[in-house]
Amino acid sequence: MRRWWIWIVAGLLPLQALALSGEEVMKKSQAAFLYPGKDFKARVMMKLINKDGQERLRELTMLRKNAGGPGGDQKYFMYFFQPADVKDMTFMIHKYPARDDDRWLFVPAINMVKRIAAQDKRSSFVGSDFTYEDVSGRDIEDDNHIIERQEKVGNRDCYVVKSTPKGTDADFGHKVTWVDTANFLPLKEEQYDKRGNRYKLFTADEVTDIKGFPTAIKRTMKNLQTGHRTEVAYIKTDYDLGIEDSLFSERYLRQPPRKWID
Amino acid sequence: MPGIRSIAVALFAFAALAPPGTSAEVTLSGFLQQNTASNTVTANPDGRNYKWLEERAQLKLDATGDAWRVLLKGEVAYDHLGRQDEGELREGYVDYAARSWDLRAGRQVITWGLGDLVFVNDVFPKDHEALFAGRPLEYLKRGVDALKLGAYPGFASFELVLARFRESRTPDAQRFWLFDPMPSVANRDRVKPDEGDAGLRIYRDIAGYDAALYLYRGYQRTPSLRPNSMIAPTRITYFYPKLSVYGASLSGRAGAGVLSLEAALYDSRQDRSGNDFTVPNSQTRMLAGYQVQPVEDLTLNFQYYAERMHDYGAYRAALPAGFPVEKRVNHYLTARATQLLQHQTLRLSVYASYNPSNGDYFVNPELRYSFTDRLWGAVGGNLFGGKPWGQFGQLSRNDNVYLQVRREF
Repeated sequence: MRRWWIWIVAGLLPLQALALSGEEVMKKSQAAFLYPGKDFKARVMMKLINKDGQERLRELTMLRKNAGGPGGDQKYFMYFFQPADVKDMTFMIHKYPARDDDRWLFVPAINMVKRIAAQDKRSSFVGSDFTYEDVSGRDIEDDNHIIERQEKVGNRDCYVVKSTPKGTDADFGHKVTWVDTANFLPLKEEQYDKRGNRYKLFTADEVTDIKGFPTAIKRTMKNLQTGHRTEVAYIKTDYDLGIEDSLFSERYLRQPPRKWID
Repeated sequence: MPGIRSIAVALFAFAALAPPGTSAEVTLSGFLQQNTASNTVTANPDGRNYKWLEERAQLKLDATGDAWRVLLKGEVAYDHLGRQDEGELREGYVDYAARSWDLRAGRQVITWGLGDLVFVNDVFPKDHEALFAGRPLEYLKRGVDALKLGAYPGFASFELVLARFRESRTPDAQRFWLFDPMPSVANRDRVKPDEGDAGLRIYRDIAGYDAALYLYRGYQRTPSLRPNSMIAPTRITYFYPKLSVYGASLSGRAGAGVLSLEAALYDSRQDRSGNDFTVPNSQTRMLAGYQVQPVEDLTLNFQYYAERMHDYGAYRAALPAGFPVEKRVNHYLTARATQLLQHQTLRLSVYASYNPSNGDYFVNPELRYSFTDRLWGAVGGNLFGGKPWGQFGQLSRNDNVYLQVRREF
């Protein structure tokens, strides 16, 4: 009898070792989605579409540099092309996983660099349906993550991970993320409000390989309760360009170098 | 219209001289704008009912190469209230950027310091009339003709500004009711400094805080008045007293928000003893500001600002009878609330400044909406009150409501 029991355990062991926890899946997903490469650059075309189909365009160049590995500090630099009233505006974020970001805004009309108060990571990014957290990531430790099941999105196998905030400060009740089992990109995410109603839907609409990094170059965030949605297209996406640390400074906020913002 | 002519010349020169095949990227943009500010209390001193009524067009040319950039921003306006020659070169400069230094030459807007409509280290010229007449915020600043050198050796950043003196624009006495200590003297002239001014800003990060030092040697931007005689004045001369400013600022995260601290010593070089009542005495200025975002798209900004006059005894002794007496210390409290709505296309904001020492106040509520990505409009009001000679109190009969509409192209 004893021997039979050992065989059962031995049979299960490799499975246990291979299986990932919800937290590990989300960590790998964060690394694949928000941290690929040492640095990153894209021209971002953001279309804000209301339920009547009226469109507004936000066009910017986004640059990112990682200070350490996945989950570590990051610096973001953004230069706005459109709309016309924010042309030449630049925006910089120093992102720290465990505490609030530092943010600076350069207002060209009065040639002034201002620090921006930024404790609310759940606030909208430039008026879109994406929050700052959707753009630059939410701390993994802020939520409990449980793998609920595996299922396909299109023809891709995905882990379905339910993430529930540990604290009460989040504006959502929980979210469910479909994470590609092969490349760990989030292909779909549903955010639920505190009453348990689905209110936001993220989809990665087109994924392509850039310098070996699978990248969601088209993505949509839809507010299911208002019908407003934001469609994002990354063009001229590139990784590992050797962006210097000095770019993320007041000097270049005021005078962004052409080679980086083009 | 010298401004427009120089823009046209520069445009042609650029088109003619730009070497073929240079990798310059040239963009042309601009806007058409309507701006009206209507009195709500009483007509202007000149009898008109508008503080501002104009149509304005801006043309902006931006040519960027790898290390250099040319920017020209010129405007023409049609003023319905009788001002002539409303052509202006707002900005027009050439940039050159090397690895550890850069240079900007030409007319440019320079803003120093951290204040929100409170100026401690921002010693550069402003347009106070624009602020009080309901014009868009960018008109608060006037460009200066300057050479600006930046140096970035690593341990700190340096910004040296050598400029031709340009004064701040004060409200026009035809349009604004203003305090005038000698209203009967009509013969007035203005003397501007012949020499330029110079400023140096040194800044760096210290433990996560943005720290800066500021040095300025030049002149007051708003004029002082000197009558030719105290007993029977027949002529008043406006002049710009010599001034040096030594200041510092610090800003960074504190608790849930951003803390800003700023201080400066205003060294009134033309009246160090304080005995000349026509020249402002030396001052110490201090500012503490705190900005928070309590909920999504709502930002609150609070400021405490104080001005302390040096040599107050000498000032009181020298001040002729009948002139309003300034306080030794003036305190100001300001608050701004900004709420963004409708995917940040609708902005509601209120700015209020209050001086508890003399009851001076200024309130500016505004609603701004972007109809499309290229068309926005704003409506707002300017409300003033306080003592008849106070900074805002003297403006109390100038309350107005304004409209701004801009179509960008």
